[in-house]
Amino acid sequence: MSFLRIEHLRKSYGSLEILKDISLEIEEGGFLVLVGPSGCGKSTLLNSIAGLEPITSGDILINDKSVVGLHPSKRDIAMVFQSYALYPNMTVGGNIAFGMEIRGVPKEEREASIQRVADMLQIGHLLDRKPSQLSGGQRQRVAMGRALVRDPQVFLFDEPLSNLDAKLRIDMRTEIKRLHARMGTTIVYVTHDQVEAMTLATRIAVLKDGILQQFGSPSEIYNNPENVFVADFMGSPAMNLLTARVEADGSALRVSLARDGGEPLRLSIPNAPSGLSNYAGKEVLFGIRPEALTDMDGADRNAGSIGEGDCLIEVVEPAGSDTFAVTRLGGKEVVARLRADADIRAGETSRLAFNLDKVVYFDPKTEQRIR
Amino acid sequence: MDNRSRLQELLPKIVLAPSLIVVLIFVYGFIAYTGFLSMTDSKMLPSYGFVGLSNYSKLWALPHWWRAISNLAIFASLYIVISSVLGLGLAILLDQKIRAEGLLRPIYLYPMALSFIVTGTAWKWFLDPGIGLENTMHLWGWDSFSFTWIKDRNYAIYCVVIAAVWQSSGFVMAMFLAGLRGVDNEIIKAAQIDGASTVTVYRRIIIPMMRPVFLSAFVVLAHLAIKAYDLVVALTGGGPGQATELPATFMYSYTFTRNQMGIGASSAIIMLAMIFSIIIPYLYSELRGEKRP
Repeated sequence: MSFLRIEHLRKSYGSLEILKDISLEIEEGGFLVLVGPSGCGKSTLLNSIAGLEPITSGDILINDKSVVGLHPSKRDIAMVFQSYALYPNMTVGGNIAFGMEIRGVPKEEREASIQRVADMLQIGHLLDRKPSQLSGGQRQRVAMGRALVRDPQVFLFDEPLSNLDAKLRIDMRTEIKRLHARMGTTIVYVTHDQVEAMTLATRIAVLKDGILQQFGSPSEIYNNPENVFVADFMGSPAMNLLTARVEADGSALRVSLARDGGEPLRLSIPNAPSGLSNYAGKEVLFGIRPEALTDMDGADRNAGSIGEGDCLIEVVEPAGSDTFAVTRLGGKEVVARLRADADIRAGETSRLAFNLDKVVYFDPKTEQRIR
Repeated sequence: MDNRSRLQELLPKIVLAPSLIVVLIFVYGFIAYTGFLSMTDSKMLPSYGFVGLSNYSKLWALPHWWRAISNLAIFASLYIVISSVLGLGLAILLDQKIRAEGLLRPIYLYPMALSFIVTGTAWKWFLDPGIGLENTMHLWGWDSFSFTWIKDRNYAIYCVVIAAVWQSSGFVMAMFLAGLRGVDNEIIKAAQIDGASTVTVYRRIIIPMMRPVFLSAFVVLAHLAIKAYDLVVALTGGGPGQATELPATFMYSYTFTRNQMGIGASSAIIMLAMIFSIIIPYLYSELRGEKRP
């Protein structure tokens, strides 16, 4: 049963429509990540859930009760902000207790709650300091403490990690995931970082220009993107999207990828999606993630069908754990992800394995998935 | 080439030298000269008979000087408090994303563009019972209306406060408005989620965040109050009697009209000490603040 439900949400400023008919839902204890490039409306959507911005039409339900029109403090939510938004004139303890103070919670109870949260986040020694005396990571913890102490039905996180340096960001990411596992509270989390989205979410909603592009589990989003935008946005390094020509090969289909200075590379696809036969003789976008394009020894042994082709390697980038090789197919640069010790040299031709199970096809005009 | 690069190095110093010399002589030189005069037996003209600190003891024995000091205490405290409160209030109201803010802001700020002489003269006419507010009310038929503070020994100093507040509160408002605009929006959102009402948000979070602005406003207003001269001269001329005498008008009258230059100079040095006692801690805290990362 869904715990937080958003139904046909629309939001506009004057004639400018920020959110266009968004419908989402997340079960109790779920971790929903709203992800998209800046200006896609993800923060507006979060603020709408929080009640900090009025919505134009639609409905938002928490635990089957509509919260539209309710004041933010009456929605039983807590929010962590990008800038942490700590009250600079209050101590850490004062910051954490402020909400309870407003609600008239007695002092002993407040102290106990502060202590409980401080222990959970290991900020007990900071309680008497002012926010200006804290490091970024400590402020982040205090901001989370202020949210945790409310024990709300839904936590809202607005890009909470984007002001931290890279290492701390990964630590805090793990911490948030651990807290979520322990508390089991529903979380809605906004980020522009697709790695954060993949690692944290139980459900991901990808937004662009106020339109929900795709909503699904991380593996659905990653392996079965609905359109070119989602395919391109999720994953690092990004999915290779090359122009390929679909050719009929008897009853089967094959794709032909242009190669520099040579015959095009032809790959037969035994288990092509049924929609692809309509494109015989036409061009499609052939999407393959770098890890599905490897050296022959590194190919996935469980893959149903593997295509092979000789490609001229232009650049080799050893990254320690993997080696990335750049070649040129279908007129575009293509990144292949090989084993770290793969025997490969720039300027030479190497045989690469294409995991055809993992390939996705898009219509080049509508940019929608061909199924 | 060598000459040219040497010239380039010297050029800033050459350009700055005249103004530096002028400032050294006419500001710091004359401060030192005033300090020296305050310890001489100068009367109408400077004379150089050294008398130590006797001018200071004479000064502090003068009821006239005590009058000026107590007037300054009334004037400065009311002026600073009312201007700050009014400026903060106006700034908070203007910060509510109201329409026509661009029009209202300069209207409040405009009095600061006038000189204190103009303000003083305008308020003199406005407060004058014979031609100003009282007269207008009488013409409109409210015959019992009476507003004669400017002619009243006990109340004239408050007229100076009114005129000075009118002039400065718009400026203080601009300072607070800049401070309010610097408040992170997310802090206000966080407070809303915590359930704080708008009044509580201002009282508990935003106004405490304005501490540095209060400090700046205090320093600006305090030094304006201590050196207030032109406003009093234009508005009341120090009168009625000595009712609106301030240290600056006292200093002028003893130095240049009463032939007591030694005492006048010592009162000037006392005013300098008052201003230093405000500015130096302020600069100290500001400069130390900058060094922090």
